[in-house]
Amino acid sequence: MNFNLPALRQQFPFFTAHPDWIYLDNAATLHKPQAVLDAMNTFYSHQNSNVHRSAHGLSQQATAAFEAARSTVAHFLNARFPHEIIWTSGTTAGFNQLVFGLMGPVLQSGDRVLISTMEHHANIVPWHIHALPFGVELDVVPLTAEHRFDLTAFAELLKCKPKVVSISHVSNALGHIQPIAEIVRLAKAAGAIVILDGAQGIVWEKVDVQALDVDFYLFSGHKLYGPTGSGVLYGKTEYLELLRPLLGGGEMIKTVSFSGSSWNDLPYRLEAGTPNMAGAIGLAAAIVWLQQQDLVAIQQHKQGLVQRFYEGCRRIPALELLSGPTTNAGIVALNLKNEHPADLATLLDQQKIAVRAGTHCAMPLFQAINSKGSVRFSFACYNSFDEIDHTLAALTTAVELLAE
Amino acid sequence: MIRPDIFTKTATALKNIYDNQLPQLRQLKDWQSKYRILMTLGKELPAFDSDWHRDEFLVQGCESKAWLLHYQDPVTTQHFWAFDSDARIVKGLIILILAQVNALTAEEFAKATPELLLNELQLQQNISPSRSNGLLAVLTKIKNGVRSHC
Repeated sequence: MNFNLPALRQQFPFFTAHPDWIYLDNAATLHKPQAVLDAMNTFYSHQNSNVHRSAHGLSQQATAAFEAARSTVAHFLNARFPHEIIWTSGTTAGFNQLVFGLMGPVLQSGDRVLISTMEHHANIVPWHIHALPFGVELDVVPLTAEHRFDLTAFAELLKCKPKVVSISHVSNALGHIQPIAEIVRLAKAAGAIVILDGAQGIVWEKVDVQALDVDFYLFSGHKLYGPTGSGVLYGKTEYLELLRPLLGGGEMIKTVSFSGSSWNDLPYRLEAGTPNMAGAIGLAAAIVWLQQQDLVAIQQHKQGLVQRFYEGCRRIPALELLSGPTTNAGIVALNLKNEHPADLATLLDQQKIAVRAGTHCAMPLFQAINSKGSVRFSFACYNSFDEIDHTLAALTTAVELLAE
Repeated sequence: MIRPDIFTKTATALKNIYDNQLPQLRQLKDWQSKYRILMTLGKELPAFDSDWHRDEFLVQGCESKAWLLHYQDPVTTQHFWAFDSDARIVKGLIILILAQVNALTAEEFAKATPELLLNELQLQQNISPSRSNGLLAVLTKIKNGVRSHC
């Protein structure tokens, strides 16, 4: 296989509709290849019926397609069983189910949970809602001076015997790739259950949950070229079995009387209500599409984009780069000295460069590095070196305007 | 209660902007020149001392920080404003709004359409509800402020 950027880009109809924009907000959401749109269109046009419950053959076809999508994800992650794939509406919903589900069976008052400074709010706030009120305590792995995960401090904090360690695979605000193999190994050795937030990591590299020996891995479909409202909570069978369902109703029950109910088997027990069938099928189509690409070439391409952008930024005076160019999954966060990130982003928006400004759902990170936020440039496989050069020119214009 | 100094100074600065920079902005066609002026408007306003940067004056719903102060003259019933933000473009945009509505009575304010100026200057993309820059939040707070004090 090789990497043909024009041919790849042509598969994304969004760019045909917006040829004048440079889209560098890929960490927020990715655009969708035609194959994903086609799969969802086919589902609604030809297969649409509710899954698992109706008596007719149409429903059986829909169920077969829905469960085939689950198997696709299971193979993609190298999970042992398809039932280890729980459909969610995204990483945030997955975390809320997971944290709620762990309370009681796994976590009790006095237990500790270890997260890192770089976590997205989705790996912070569910602990606040579901765990801290019941006496669970949260410890936080600090950053190194280079804004990296501090493994030494991590090893030290593991001595507090956290029951659960929950860390991002890739920092959504900085793009830094965490040393996940080392994190999982150390945490398991310390006897903790390990959760990885894969929202930004899944699109960067191949994840083998068995080789990693991670207990839970979460990601969102829309950050993997799939549809919004789709997502996955992967868990090892023995741990998924422990989780209390957050949502009740629909396919998740076995029997119900007015005095009580018993719950269905995995995965249905954790999938209340009519599932997002088209979303699951779209996500599976995105995975199939991705598997047809040269993933190594895509990774190299994204590394090249980061490198080119980073080098260009270093030539623009007064830019403060918060991200490093290496061990980076395709995100560069920066600030212009003494200026608000919102101003820089607005001046880029005027030049049709789509970026994100603010604290990127990681307020504690910016508190830790004493910053108002940042402007975040995030790259995807379909971005070109030409776009990087245009962006650098636009950035120079914006910086000059602000410096006047 | 006598009118705090900040409102008098702000009123003078807003009047100057209305008379000088606003006509200039109306002449300009290219976005760079417009934003260049927009970003310097903040410097015309009196500096906030730390006392005014209190959380009670913060406007919720802004990516940047925005502080809005209100004073109604008990005799004339005019509404006076003072404003600060740590982001320059939002500050400039709010100044353009305030330059049109400062010192209006509630009756006069009800007839005012300050947002239309942003359309005229082709800066309206900054005010869509999907924007997180806080302009809309500040505008809503101004309107509610007048309504609740009339």
